[in-house]
Amino acid sequence: MTPILAMRGITKTFPGVKALQDVNLAVRSGEIHAICGENGAGKSTLMKVLSGVYPHGSYDGEITFEDERCRFSSVRDSERRGIVIIHQELALCPQLSIAENIFLGNELARGGLIDWNRTNHAAGELLRRVGLDENPVTPVSELGVGKQQLVEIAKALSKKVRLLILDEPTAALNDTDSAHLLDLLRGLREEGVTCVIISHKLGEVRAIADSITILRDGRTIETLQAAEVTEDRIISGMVGRDLSQRFPPRTPSVGEEVFRIEDWTVHSPVHSGRLVVDRASLSLRRGEIVGLAGLMGAGRTELAMSVFGRSYGKDISGRIVKDGREIHLRSVQDAISQGIAYVTEDRKRYGLNLIEDIKRNVSAAWLGGLSRHGWVREHEEHRVAEEFRARMGIKAPSVRSVTGKLSGGNQQKVVLSKWILTDPDVLILDEPTRGIDVGAKFEIYSIINQLADDGKAVLVISSELPELLGLCDRIYALSRGRITGEVDRADATQERLMQLMTTDRE
Amino acid sequence: MTVTQAPSQAPETAKPLRRISINPRESGIYVAFALIVVLFTILTDGVLLEPQNISNIIVQNSYILILAVGMMLIIIAGHIDLSVGSVVAVCGALCAVLTVEMGMPWLPALLLTLVAGAVIGAWQGYWVAYFGIPAFIVTLAGMLVFRALTLWVLGNQGIGPFPDEIRTLSNGFTDGYLGNIGLGPLGGADLVSLLAGVAGVAAIFLVQWRQRKARLGYLQQVDPFPVFLLKAGGAALVVLAVVVQLARFKNLPWVLVLLTVLVLGYSLLANKSVFGRHIYAIGGNRQAAELSGVKVKPITFWIFVNMGVLAALAGVIFAGRLNQAGPTAGNAFELDAIAAAFIGGAAVQGGVGKVVGAITGGLIMAVINNGMSLLGQPSEIVMLVKGLVLLAAVAYDIWTKRRAA
Repeated sequence: MTPILAMRGITKTFPGVKALQDVNLAVRSGEIHAICGENGAGKSTLMKVLSGVYPHGSYDGEITFEDERCRFSSVRDSERRGIVIIHQELALCPQLSIAENIFLGNELARGGLIDWNRTNHAAGELLRRVGLDENPVTPVSELGVGKQQLVEIAKALSKKVRLLILDEPTAALNDTDSAHLLDLLRGLREEGVTCVIISHKLGEVRAIADSITILRDGRTIETLQAAEVTEDRIISGMVGRDLSQRFPPRTPSVGEEVFRIEDWTVHSPVHSGRLVVDRASLSLRRGEIVGLAGLMGAGRTELAMSVFGRSYGKDISGRIVKDGREIHLRSVQDAISQGIAYVTEDRKRYGLNLIEDIKRNVSAAWLGGLSRHGWVREHEEHRVAEEFRARMGIKAPSVRSVTGKLSGGNQQKVVLSKWILTDPDVLILDEPTRGIDVGAKFEIYSIINQLADDGKAVLVISSELPELLGLCDRIYALSRGRITGEVDRADATQERLMQLMTTDRE
Repeated sequence: MTVTQAPSQAPETAKPLRRISINPRESGIYVAFALIVVLFTILTDGVLLEPQNISNIIVQNSYILILAVGMMLIIIAGHIDLSVGSVVAVCGALCAVLTVEMGMPWLPALLLTLVAGAVIGAWQGYWVAYFGIPAFIVTLAGMLVFRALTLWVLGNQGIGPFPDEIRTLSNGFTDGYLGNIGLGPLGGADLVSLLAGVAGVAAIFLVQWRQRKARLGYLQQVDPFPVFLLKAGGAALVVLAVVVQLARFKNLPWVLVLLTVLVLGYSLLANKSVFGRHIYAIGGNRQAAELSGVKVKPITFWIFVNMGVLAALAGVIFAGRLNQAGPTAGNAFELDAIAAAFIGGAAVQGGVGKVVGAITGGLIMAVINNGMSLLGQPSEIVMLVKGLVLLAAVAYDIWTKRRAA
């Protein structure tokens, strides 16, 4: 087959950084082509070059699409040629209807006035093509993330897409929605739409891609035919070394129980009366790493945040016992002073002050401990931050570096530092390696192991079952707000956990 | 993994860095201020920097500068206060009623007015912090409500004259306790003012030097020694020059003494106190602050209380300067205070800004005002220039931010 797209010798430089260096990419017509690489490898930059976000002239190299040289000066140019990109963060207006979103910027109008009948009808057609059974006039805010993703694809189809680029399309989706999306992409392939997909989920890449191009440090490493590769083969291409071990070794030494919740029940603050967590009980022991597995929407984060000083939910009931004594955590301050720490799943929204430097982020939850009579001991603060930078291996020129400019892995280390500084006995880590590249994951796992070795109890919440299996001594499964099972490391398999996670309420 | 444990590995740099660090986003404002002063000094043939004129600039703008300090904290936290002009008016009116109509001595009257300002701030802070109404709306309502209260208290007419002490606070100068001293060609100057200036300069050097020593002790980055001398020396020179000019005129204005105390106090509060740090944390990322145990609601509440007190103080000083509390007092002061904060480096999204920046922003507008009226420009031109300066300042801020990204 002939290539529909050829990018040759693409080099893109930002002040001080070479983001892409002599990158080549050839995509055959009608295939699904995956691009893999660690965070910062240049995948998103490459796609932005292709779609005209970075206009022609701001990079070197040439792009040929359907045998024509392309010099896109804006996204509109590339869309006119049938190249549509769907970004990781969905770009829909929540208050507008599905139909309005689909035709936004591309309105079906006559004489300057929008023809609503034609718009809604055409939107309905597109929704049928992507298999979304919703009324086109429904506001997008009423849809879940999975369905919003389908609306994005419908929007792309409305633009007569020839090449569809998806940046991490399933990152926020649960397994059912992901499966549906992958099926849809296969369907589009049959209709002749070529797809480029960026994904961290290698299982998914193996399942759907025809060929795989691997980027590392802004260079093309290789292009593989998907039929003949294993996940480990892809990983070794991405990290440039054989990753014999994805998890650092650890010999657990588990002590007595430090933390326990009993009959923990939480109601939704939005939909009154809806149970989000239903009589959940779990316990953590000193030096133990415990997993909490559950599908998206099972109530994992809600459980954690409601325990953490009632940061979520209402009509909360149940008992919290720490060191054999019942405690009441009415606020985040209570939780911190009782030695509980919660590391959020969404570090940019809930974990960091992105416009401040590393130092002020590290000290944010423990300023009281770094101050005397209400005045911050700034030099002590600086010393502590420097210490964490060295010990956690935060890669930044100094602790005065702004956290918004760090990579995902380094940001996560800053958030972890912030909470380790509060010297907690119990750490709840919500998706501690989300959006982090393979190398940094290993470092985070080592930090988690170290925390357990220091006698802390760690609860890890994760969507990635292999991560829980590789890291935890014991795993609880959560389904629809209920703890449906508890599995020891020795007996745990992905199948067993998945079964518990999908157990319905009896 | 406890905090007290020694670092497991030595820091990469065993020696403190001596490197010049200039943040264009922060220092731009001071450079701009210096350029504007030089420009108007040239255009006015030096009249701008004459003793009486410097004194005028300070006295005529003191109340805006006081408002700008409080406004800066509010904007850092990600809010806004549109009501300060009306609060200035109603507090000035209250102070006039207490002193002129009820014959209360000046000090209790002043304190009562400040308490009233605190109550007004608490009222607005409650709606913003605990009820969750956007500050824009709450203070827009406040702007109307407190203006109405002013008219009601004053019965739609001015009340005056004020007791001498309040007029002295607004308009007056420190006494020449030690008499004058000759400064050669510069003529006579007040010794107390000069001594205060010298003490100020000594304090600048001492504080900077101690900070530098401490930073070196903690292996942090510092400026090379000559640059350090240049910076501290420059600041000292400016302070000394202003003080000498003031001493040649009529000693130090009391409002300058007050402003100095406020600026030092609030700078300390913003940079070094847990409370101040929490304001920045809330403005930078409110949700992250909340999950880090920052008491977002009480802090929001208290910065509005603080704004109320400062607005009351500004109200008394403004009324004292005019020697009358009038129904239109404080009109559009909120706009000047907000402009001062934004020119001084505050960010629209919050989380950024310095008290000294707000003062510098206020002084930039003050110098433009003063310089252009010295040149005989009509007020519409002055307004036009101020508007463009505000736009340029924020554009510069966004431009530097984008370039850094």
